Amino acid sequence: MSMIFGVPLAVLSGQLLIGIINGAFYALLSLGLAVIFGLLKIINFAHGAMYMLGAMTTVLMFDYLGVNYWVALLLAPLLVGAFGVVIEYFLLRRIAGQDHIYSLLLTFGVALIISGVLVNWFGVSGLRYTMPDVFKGGVNLGFMFMPYYRAWVIVAALVVCFGTWFMIEKTKLGAYLRAGTEDSQLMQGFGINVPLLISLTYGFGVALAAFAGVLAAPIYSVTPVMGSATLITVFAVVVIGGMGSIGGAIITGILMGVIEGLTKTFYPPASSAVIFLVMVLVLMFRPSGLFGKEA
Amino acid sequence: MTMMKKLLTSAVASALMAGGAQAAISNDTVKIGYLADMSGTYRDLAGPNGLKALEMAVADFGGQVNGAKIEVVSADDRNSPDTSSSTVRRWVENDDVDLVSGMVASSVSIAVSKILEEHDRLGIISGSAASSITNEHCTPNHIHYVYDTYPLANGTASAVVKEGGKTWYMLTADYAFGHSLESDVRRVVEASGGEVIGAVRHPFPTQDFSSFVLQAQASGADVVGLANAGADTTNAITTASEFGVTQSGQTLAALLLFLTDVHALGAETAQGIQLTTGWYWDMNDETREWSDRFMEETGVRPTMVHAGIYSSAMQYLKAVEATGSDDAQTVRKQMMDTPINDMFAKNGKIRVDGRMVHDMFLAEVKTPAESTGEWDLYKILRTIPAQESYRPLSESKCKLVNK
Repeated sequence: MSMIFGVPLAVLSGQLLIGIINGAFYALLSLGLAVIFGLLKIINFAHGAMYMLGAMTTVLMFDYLGVNYWVALLLAPLLVGAFGVVIEYFLLRRIAGQDHIYSLLLTFGVALIISGVLVNWFGVSGLRYTMPDVFKGGVNLGFMFMPYYRAWVIVAALVVCFGTWFMIEKTKLGAYLRAGTEDSQLMQGFGINVPLLISLTYGFGVALAAFAGVLAAPIYSVTPVMGSATLITVFAVVVIGGMGSIGGAIITGILMGVIEGLTKTFYPPASSAVIFLVMVLVLMFRPSGLFGKEA
Repeated sequence: MTMMKKLLTSAVASALMAGGAQAAISNDTVKIGYLADMSGTYRDLAGPNGLKALEMAVADFGGQVNGAKIEVVSADDRNSPDTSSSTVRRWVENDDVDLVSGMVASSVSIAVSKILEEHDRLGIISGSAASSITNEHCTPNHIHYVYDTYPLANGTASAVVKEGGKTWYMLTADYAFGHSLESDVRRVVEASGGEVIGAVRHPFPTQDFSSFVLQAQASGADVVGLANAGADTTNAITTASEFGVTQSGQTLAALLLFLTDVHALGAETAQGIQLTTGWYWDMNDETREWSDRFMEETGVRPTMVHAGIYSSAMQYLKAVEATGSDDAQTVRKQMMDTPINDMFAKNGKIRVDGRMVHDMFLAEVKTPAESTGEWDLYKILRTIPAQESYRPLSESKCKLVNK
């Protein structure tokens, strides 16, 4: 068998594929953050909590109402998105225009409250969610066993990522959004309801996180604390990609998934740190991020 | 004047009670501090329900011992040795806490036991796993009560090797507990004629195990051993089942699983997994009766840690009652001299190194067909006698052991 740095090629191909799958999660999550920061200038520390809420809603809707996976895929992001709109309307709006640190602290507080309350109710051992029957099993690719569900994760995440990018960068609605955040008074003069647009944008950003949560529910243990560790990693991804760069967040997400996957193969103990190492290097040599506009 | 009188009478009274000058209950209060992870990864196996178990013991004593009030205080250790150290320092220096109970993360227990030794107070550790706690880290001021990594490896690893699992690949949590468990497993596997052919140390905590599971599959080992705990273990098991580890002929061996983990996984996913436990709620009438009481208080079935917290608090209070003292060394000696016979252990014994040795059990998770309820999860395959379970004193590195 051919080897690369002492690792069989087959194992390496498997790890690359796994890296792309995890990268798809990072892409979805960092995309939501980038949309919220890029358009609203809010540093959304509640993003991990929203991801967790997406997964929790999926499990609870199934347990109590029998709502299946496909419906949850649509309904959970809608519910969590609506919750996001409420938070924007009642809380974030009050500190609009203030320094970034205010939105960071406010959303961080919201995240702590949400996960604290849920820990009290559900504990931390994790809720059970059974994989939908169509995804059970997998296919042997020769170099690895590929569960069907992981293949679906890549497809679903990439479709949603591309759709979001297209909507914001290429459609009229996206143009309104970008213009509204650039000069809201002028846009309001043109008859556009900018406050509504802002609420909906925040709702959409957290709905993306919730969508990632639904995708995660069948494969990770669903607990009220699942978002906190993920959040920090995803922030690093956004910083590497360039705060606010939509396309940058997607590409960097996948790239970091792959880099992390390779680290898990060659030197596992460093795998939780490697993304932060990349972040430090990027901040030193290209402070605005790989895809950010130079200030 | 009245103050003086009070002092004199209490001094005389306590001298009469115990027949010794130093035997007395300080401040007329026995204060127990409960320290555990109340909100993080290890919350469910001890946490707030462990505090309930401790309060059950206090209530069973009627809230007082020899006329002295029993008080309970509690704190979240946040799985941090630093936070825990400052809490316990405050407890012993300002609040006169006599006993620290609970304690989950091994790093927390090791840090706290040093402070207890400095101030000569007692600690009873129920949640931690590292066997080093009563080996190189032993002190005359703590007792390790429920289990440790030595019997976990002895029970599960030797059973799996006997069934033909000769070659092992380890997925190990990269901190004190994981390293300790991995080395105990290596020892047992090699002694039983098997071999550990590879290991990967994963960060704590890890959510996505797919990369590590893939490496374990590529290794071609008979057994994939999980030397981790809590959410790491449940995530690893879920991912292993998704990637078809068992279908491809490999065996999964989880070295440390709590009832709450198995409950979270469900019988469907966890069926057939063998594990070693210090106690199970559904073993006999005594365990069932106590578990019913616990369930009334908490709504869930107790883990071995919950049962250990209750049992050890009862043993402690009985020792205070018998000696009339809350002095750490007096109570510890009394506890060492008294065999433990209750719903938790039969003929359990606290050794000089602080290790409470008692029978352990090899269990297997029931299949969904065998399980009659959400908490009906284990069948006990074998009792591992106390003497076989724990590290013999002859191999001990503890400074308190005379060899």
